[in-house]
Amino acid sequence: MSSNIQSIVEKYGKNETRLMDILHDVHCENGFVSDEEIKEIALLLNISKVDVEQTLTFYHFFSKNPRGKYTVYLNNSLVAKMMGRDEIAHTFEKATGTKFGTVSDDGLFGLYDTSCIGMNDQEPAAIINGIVFPKITTYRVKELVKSFRMGSSVQDMINSFGGGQNQSELIHAMVTNNLNRRGAVIFSDYTPGEGLEKLKSMSPEDVIAEVKNSNIRGRGGAGFPTGLKWDFCSKSPGDEKFVLCNADEGEPGTFKDRVILTERPSLMFEGMIIAGYAIGAKQGILYLRKEYEYLKNHLEFVLNEFREKGFLGKSILGIDGFDYDIRIQFGAGAYVCGEESALIESCEGKRGEPRNRPPFPVQVGYLNQPTIINNVESLSSVTKIISNGSVWFKSMGTKESSGTKLLSISGDLKYPGTFEVEWGMSINEMLEMAGASDVKAVQVGGPSGRLIAPNEFHRTICYEDLPTGGAMIVIGEGRSILETVMNFMDFFIDESCGSCAPCRYLTVILRNKLKKIIDGKGVSKDLEEIVHWGKQMKIANRCGLGQSAANPILTSIENFRGEYEAKIEKGKDYDTEFDLNSAIIESSRAVGRFPEA
Amino acid sequence: MSDKVKFKIDGKECEADQGLNLVEAAKQNGIYIPTLCHLEGVKAAGSCRICNVKINGRFMTACTTPVSDGMEVENSTEDIKELRKIIVETLFVSGNHYCPACEKSGSCELQALGYRFTMLVPRFPYAFEPKEVDAKSTKLYIDRNRCVLCKRCVRSIKTKDGKSIFAVKGRGHNAMINIDHELAAQMTDEEATAAMDTCPVGSILKKERGYFTPIGRRKYDKKPIGSDIEESVTI
Repeated sequence: MSSNIQSIVEKYGKNETRLMDILHDVHCENGFVSDEEIKEIALLLNISKVDVEQTLTFYHFFSKNPRGKYTVYLNNSLVAKMMGRDEIAHTFEKATGTKFGTVSDDGLFGLYDTSCIGMNDQEPAAIINGIVFPKITTYRVKELVKSFRMGSSVQDMINSFGGGQNQSELIHAMVTNNLNRRGAVIFSDYTPGEGLEKLKSMSPEDVIAEVKNSNIRGRGGAGFPTGLKWDFCSKSPGDEKFVLCNADEGEPGTFKDRVILTERPSLMFEGMIIAGYAIGAKQGILYLRKEYEYLKNHLEFVLNEFREKGFLGKSILGIDGFDYDIRIQFGAGAYVCGEESALIESCEGKRGEPRNRPPFPVQVGYLNQPTIINNVESLSSVTKIISNGSVWFKSMGTKESSGTKLLSISGDLKYPGTFEVEWGMSINEMLEMAGASDVKAVQVGGPSGRLIAPNEFHRTICYEDLPTGGAMIVIGEGRSILETVMNFMDFFIDESCGSCAPCRYLTVILRNKLKKIIDGKGVSKDLEEIVHWGKQMKIANRCGLGQSAANPILTSIENFRGEYEAKIEKGKDYDTEFDLNSAIIESSRAVGRFPEA
Repeated sequence: MSDKVKFKIDGKECEADQGLNLVEAAKQNGIYIPTLCHLEGVKAAGSCRICNVKINGRFMTACTTPVSDGMEVENSTEDIKELRKIIVETLFVSGNHYCPACEKSGSCELQALGYRFTMLVPRFPYAFEPKEVDAKSTKLYIDRNRCVLCKRCVRSIKTKDGKSIFAVKGRGHNAMINIDHELAAQMTDEEATAAMDTCPVGSILKKERGYFTPIGRRKYDKKPIGSDIEESVTI
């Protein structure tokens, strides 16, 4: 038994619900977790090997095999592709002599695709040994590979610092904020502690009433009223209650939480403390996506500062009995963990598979206790609601959508970045604001949202009209809608947890059908079938991922039917996809007889 | 004894204990809600999605929904039947199911559902994906070509001290059932037979036992799946 694994497992109290942390720590040593190590972890936790393995094999950034001394995770999301990702991939392959999905023979380089890493405003981007390399060029790839071959560390290759806190000693990242527009809520003037100060004269019920009165709805995309969620949770019976902050922003095209985590972590942590006070929790957990690991020291520093100031710990702000602390829980590469019940499962050291409902997390959540899960932006907004009042908050936005919304705008436009706007802005105004022209389509809310055409650009961003978590992908004239949809379908296939039968395989069937159309082998019946089968996805699956996995294909057929029809074989209702000659090639070879051309 | 609740399935008045899951509650009333992953007495997975019904206008899985007073359930509308058939067909094409040669043929719930939904041939192209067969265990072998990932084995088969013998490995369409060989080796013959019987398809098989029941005398050889429920005396 290696003493190292023993000390790691003991560090987490031999607690199997901390399996994610244990795997992260073990993984950190060698870049993979071996069968022998799996066995040791299982033995120490007194669980079966297959239980350790089922968590390990669920997450994209965990591996059972070495992934190279330098492990490159190159984003393959739509915007990365738009910005030239394929050429970068090709250059990596040529320079390292290995293909994506493999490790070079000398064990030096491992190349892997990865889903959106939250850098759509600075693509193409890759994560190499945890460090983000944005705006990679072919020149840079060659330089990196050459330097790594000569023994440079990944740290040595940091050649610039992004603006704001990115250049602070605790982050030192090349990532830029691209905060193109500050609004009145998230990125306005702020003094840490300004919201907490108000708690001294407010009861938990007052806090919930104030949040309810502000009409704030969840900023992650689902739009559930935050105050109502807190109210349910506070009234649910339980030995303990928990506040979970969802910082797993994995929807391709979103990156706004990254900017909050970089520039306003105190605002978010304060919101988590306010939430804890409101529902009577003792512990908060920030569930942070692994892609943002470069912010870890920065966030831990802020938490320590809070502890020193008495914002965390025992009797916070002198309020008797208000004991509360926050820990960071890292994910390991799984989009579905942004779904709240999957996030809970992951926090408990399990596969990130969404739970069945009922019961809801506010009743039975983390460790089976009442739990609220709120988005980074929602909790940050709450701090300002408590600080400035719900009336102030409601003075912004529209009737049903109060306050501001952060938009992550990327794709074909001049100024990709994060914009804080009041709810109620039209898509046309948004495009003008961000410097976009000749726009063919906008993907509102990322792949799980809607692909809209110019005839809908007059619509406004708000819950009454076009609700969104804020991911806005601008698709310029000249781009292929079908290729766009194909990228999204591949994304959903990669990220499906595999639990629900329709999500596990109907996604693949739909993708193959789309490929058939792109290859010019489609017939008009294919379109009808796609729509019919796609609709089943919406009703059949358990979670938002499965229910929305057909959205790109359905909304694009709805709004860009012409592009599909242009690819379809005219006047044929029989299938020409099957190629007899290629199907029998193997047996032809075996008998040495080939069909005449 | 818990309180009884009244609810309706396809217009038929039903009665069952409050909180009982809808699959079981329907069964007590002589109504069959088809399912592949549900196993009585084991925590619901809601993973095969075949038991999707419309409850008060919303699609929900019956196995994960506790029955409550006044529920209006639709179980056999055309759109629900179509959804179920589509799911069964995806399970056929995503695996490699060669019924005539399968030890479970005639007792296989997937095959029986195929018949029940009058599936002549799946409407989807076959994937023919290669799947691993794991025969390393002394008592069992797992043929993943036939697995439908219902997770019955994962949920219900544990060692005496509660450890998992089966678990899922990987995710998405690459997910598969993994077996702990050391723990599986300690299973008794009865436990291994129970594991085989738990599997709705022919994926978990007890070695040297495959063709024990002759064709013609297997579970669904004479009557379609669900008919035992539908012919049962209603309460």
